[in-house]
Amino acid sequence: MSATQLHILPRIPDTRAALRKKTIEDLLGKPVDEVIIADTYTLEGFTPAVITETQGLLTHPVTEEAQQGILQLPTTYDWAIEIGFQPGVTDNVATTVAEMIMHKTQQPLTPEHGVYTSQHTFIRGANLNEEDMKKVAALLANPLIQRIAIRTQTQQEQLQEPHVPRVRLPPTPAVTLVHILEANDDELAIIGKKGIANIDGTRRGPLALDLTYMQAIQAHFQHLGRNPTDIELESLAQTWSEHCHHTIFADPIDNISEGLFRRYITGATKKIRAAKQAREEDFCLSVFTDNSGAIIFDENYLITHKVETHNSPSALDPYGGSITGIVGVNRDTIGFGMGAQPFANVYGFCLGNPHDKRRFYRNKTATGTLEQEILSREAIMTGVINGVNVGGNCSGIPTEQGFMYFDEDYAGKPLVFVGTLGIAPRTLPYKSMDDTHYSWEKQAHAGDYIVMVGGRVGKDGIHGATFSSEAMDAGSPATAVQIGDPITQKKLSDAIIKEARDRRLYTSITDNGAGGLSCSVAEMAKECGGCEVDIDKVPTKYLGLAPWEIWVSESQERMTLAVPPEDYDNFEALMQRRGVEATVIGTFTNSGKVIVKNKGTTIMDLDIAFLHDGLPQRPMTTEPFTVDNPEPPRHDQEDLTPTLYGLLKSSNIASTAFIAEQYDHEVQGGSVLKPLQGKGRVNGDAAIVRPLLHSQRGVVLSQGINPNYGRISTYHMAQAVIDIAVRKALAAGAPLEHLALLDNFCWSSSNDPKRLHQLLQAVRGCHDLAVAYKTPFISGKDSMYNDFKGFDEEGRPVIISAPPTLLISAVGVMRNVEHAVSIDAKQPGDLVYLLGTTQEELGGSAYFRYLAEQAGLAPTHYTGNDVPRITSPEKNYQLYQAYQRCLETEIIASATAVHLGGLGIALARTAMAGKLGMHVDVTNIPGVATTNEDILYSESLGRLVVTIAPNDQETFEQILEGQPYKLLGAVRRHNQLIIQHATQKVVDTTIEIMLEHYRAPFRNY
Amino acid sequence: MTRPRILVLSGYGINCEQETQFAFEQAEGRAEIVHINDLPGKNILDYQILALPGGFSFGDDTGSGKAFAHRLRATLQDKLQEFVTRDRLIIGICNGFQILTQLGLVPALDGNYDQPTVALTHNTQARYHTRWVDLAINPLNPSPWLQLLGTISLPIAHGEGKFYAPREVLERLWTEELVAANYTEGELCKALDLPANPNGSLDNIAAITSTNGRVLGMMPHPERAIHITQHPLWTQDKEIYRRNKKYFQPTEGEGLQLFRNGVRHFT
Repeated sequence: MSATQLHILPRIPDTRAALRKKTIEDLLGKPVDEVIIADTYTLEGFTPAVITETQGLLTHPVTEEAQQGILQLPTTYDWAIEIGFQPGVTDNVATTVAEMIMHKTQQPLTPEHGVYTSQHTFIRGANLNEEDMKKVAALLANPLIQRIAIRTQTQQEQLQEPHVPRVRLPPTPAVTLVHILEANDDELAIIGKKGIANIDGTRRGPLALDLTYMQAIQAHFQHLGRNPTDIELESLAQTWSEHCHHTIFADPIDNISEGLFRRYITGATKKIRAAKQAREEDFCLSVFTDNSGAIIFDENYLITHKVETHNSPSALDPYGGSITGIVGVNRDTIGFGMGAQPFANVYGFCLGNPHDKRRFYRNKTATGTLEQEILSREAIMTGVINGVNVGGNCSGIPTEQGFMYFDEDYAGKPLVFVGTLGIAPRTLPYKSMDDTHYSWEKQAHAGDYIVMVGGRVGKDGIHGATFSSEAMDAGSPATAVQIGDPITQKKLSDAIIKEARDRRLYTSITDNGAGGLSCSVAEMAKECGGCEVDIDKVPTKYLGLAPWEIWVSESQERMTLAVPPEDYDNFEALMQRRGVEATVIGTFTNSGKVIVKNKGTTIMDLDIAFLHDGLPQRPMTTEPFTVDNPEPPRHDQEDLTPTLYGLLKSSNIASTAFIAEQYDHEVQGGSVLKPLQGKGRVNGDAAIVRPLLHSQRGVVLSQGINPNYGRISTYHMAQAVIDIAVRKALAAGAPLEHLALLDNFCWSSSNDPKRLHQLLQAVRGCHDLAVAYKTPFISGKDSMYNDFKGFDEEGRPVIISAPPTLLISAVGVMRNVEHAVSIDAKQPGDLVYLLGTTQEELGGSAYFRYLAEQAGLAPTHYTGNDVPRITSPEKNYQLYQAYQRCLETEIIASATAVHLGGLGIALARTAMAGKLGMHVDVTNIPGVATTNEDILYSESLGRLVVTIAPNDQETFEQILEGQPYKLLGAVRRHNQLIIQHATQKVVDTTIEIMLEHYRAPFRNY
Repeated sequence: MTRPRILVLSGYGINCEQETQFAFEQAEGRAEIVHINDLPGKNILDYQILALPGGFSFGDDTGSGKAFAHRLRATLQDKLQEFVTRDRLIIGICNGFQILTQLGLVPALDGNYDQPTVALTHNTQARYHTRWVDLAINPLNPSPWLQLLGTISLPIAHGEGKFYAPREVLERLWTEELVAANYTEGELCKALDLPANPNGSLDNIAAITSTNGRVLGMMPHPERAIHITQHPLWTQDKEIYRRNKKYFQPTEGEGLQLFRNGVRHFT
């Protein structure tokens, strides 16, 4: 079938091309005369009339012009770079064009039709050679998912037939038996590690089933007297994976037989809820049982929250990884209970520093050639930022909050945290007189149809981690990484949450995430006791998928629903009207079995009990160890102004305004406290959103993270990040009694008993402080193997393991958003207070990191040992309660949580945000800190910097009676920040100079 | 007089329909969200106002608003032309404005409501951009949408918001008073150190109307400025107010008047 290209060219000055010209010049360090960008659409199997009609659809008459076939530019150029997708990679623009053509012609597309997009960059400039173009292409494209062609003008104009990235697969392979009944342990181990063997002897990729698991499977099938099919074994591998079953948190460790999760995480939540239930103050509705956790919003509504990680895919393709992550976690909201509507996104990126130019490789050949270079830190940073940009913005979900945290040990593999909050009515409309349906409960019934809605299934995400470029030929789909499709999901989400849910057209719903149908259908089958799937009914993106591939594929933007037969006609009609594909792929049963058929033949027949609970426990042991880290050499301790500048422009403290300015945080109209606060647009501590526009209630969001403390003690790191998250939320106005937590553990080399010791300490820390603060955990997620193993530029083997990282997210509900408090100083003359005690706790601080960097020492090692500790959680809690009483009287003008960079940075942030000067004296503040450095930069927990109107001094001090606090000074009309210690001026600077430093590191991003 | 009915369009990635409905309801209108695929079952002439909200229809693929505009034209055909020539109002916000320009409903020079003459193209920074802007409303534009407004501050959030038109069209927009609002350096820009023009729009144009004044297209989002708590410096204003008047008296956001103007045109 022949293909024709349509090229859309700008008729007016093109800002994209201007920016690209500058990017290329910066990259190559030489001038470029002109850059022209053409968007190209390759149309396969259409008549000339349709192609001409399509040309009309695609061309804006004022700004664009179009050409068909061979592209002839009016000007000369030296090089053309065409970048398109690899076969099978999600091409969202092509999907839109196909939809436009179908609507115009009122004809469906057939398998013979194809629409593909690519982009041509034409470059004119003297002295540009092919090597230069390869560099440019490497910057613009990721060969894992994209196809690059570099041509001269002559080559371009002689191009006969355009490239068509159609997926071509051999005929569908049959279901095979895997012969394990007679296999010895070595053979079992190989199958578990390298995967099922193909006929040609190659392996399908790791099942990640270790020998213990393979032996359990062997025993089960010996009992059944048959070998498993490939789909059965692949299905077990998905369900039993660390990703789905969280065995490290679930299995016995040391003498804790119930495992870390039950002992410490849900253990804490149970204690807190029991105490609250006794006083009828429990605000949790659904914890750790569903796709998200849920708490009460008000009498009629609940809110949900879930934070996920998407680390490995983001290392391979940062854009695709992070967009798939954010759009994926949206489905944890849509798939919560009977469905909740996403109203806020959050993010967190733990990254290697973009200025770090070291190069690493995944592989070294036998001859010593280094290959598969990992992406630069800069490419990863821009990619992950861009992925959440497109994923959040296109979905119409505001991205209210987030952070970037840089550390040398994230250079091998980034951590990408993405989270979504949702809102749902607590009870759904009546379907019949006698039923009350709570929205957080779901129940598939035997007889309900299994319905897949949303996108189609391809090879996406199957054994993605084992991707190898050599194994690919020109027609094989790129499966390692995926690209989210927010518009397909938006249609799906609107149709489900805004219509089908309240018409009660389904009885259960869940997300298709990790493990695809194999996990979602089998999980729902637990609700009713079985299922029977006709795998050949599942709509696929292209022909040639094996049944097991369809079953475990992680193709995005899909949900699985249980729809009663009597409701199906209505459900199908609704989905059709909303442009959402829905397909019945089987029936839920109560047979106790998960059965999959292919064209009528049973290819999978597993007991639900074995599938979900057949995996043997693997007890773990921990190995305690002590650390003794040196401190970096100190600086001049008299004038700390230069070090304040150094901290302000350190990458973990500096302004990330460029992200807030590209993530829409106002869509849906609920923004109350924004990511940037005050006239100085300083990154806030917490965000507040009003999820229901007719309600005064607000949802307060904050995050706490500090892996550097974990280098000294993970117990204290865990307590610190909980305290930081809680305190940030509290500062902005969240009530302690309506505040919940989410935990995200990202560990590395988790087979190592020392790492397990760190994990045990961290969960203990979580438990102890959560119970003391009465803040329950409602949801969490872990990712246990964040290690990069490869080679450096010299070919030496390197392992870069992410430091033990715990992200705590806090979510609270405040009654009246008009009581929200931002971080900026408000009025000259306002009084500045420090609440809480300051100890000599510079261990793991931003200040020590800065000093180490200045001295050319490894900041990951020169952390010192005096990590911030919470000696009395009760005292903190009492102080927080007193602060909360101040909030209720509305006398807090501004509040800033003291965390990274200590009191010095908290004061600077308050002043910069308000663009108002400040004169403060830090003599005799509560606590034992006496040196300038300790006073300004110690990161002691439990502290707030607060400003109030002078008239409120008496009320304020009355409420704080008996609490540790100190009046430091006042806000000034002038632009100076002066911090005085006794008679000595420790810091003397201006708002403008501070802002200059604060904004410098990411100014040009 | 009964409260006018407003049809708020949705579907295919439009995503501001709920807050747009809320804004019209706060302005005492009766707003109904209608999916574009349900339009064939409706008579749009039963509604007094058609609202095209913001969003990312079809993901901005192939150019913002393009695919949705084609679909809307094919769905409504002559009814759309009839709607604009009767005593009806249309507002397009952000993606809705992009759709209106693709349809040719603004500026509709010489009363031709079917020919695109202006465009909204990639921001100068070639990136999605979100912030608040100050807008000078053109006092000489008699559109019913623009009464009692003066200078207001509203948020923008878009990737393709740079207003473009050939010079001769720009001149007609000015001489025929079809410019509805332009970006200006007001108090908020000064306080936040932000340039007036957020996206490189020619002649700082942020909003235009049709020749008959009944169709308004604007990049900024008035529906995101209904509550005072949406303003970026509201906590500061609250303190000023509290110090002077003892307590904080909530007032509405500056975007509400615009919706009220639309509703009051029919009451």
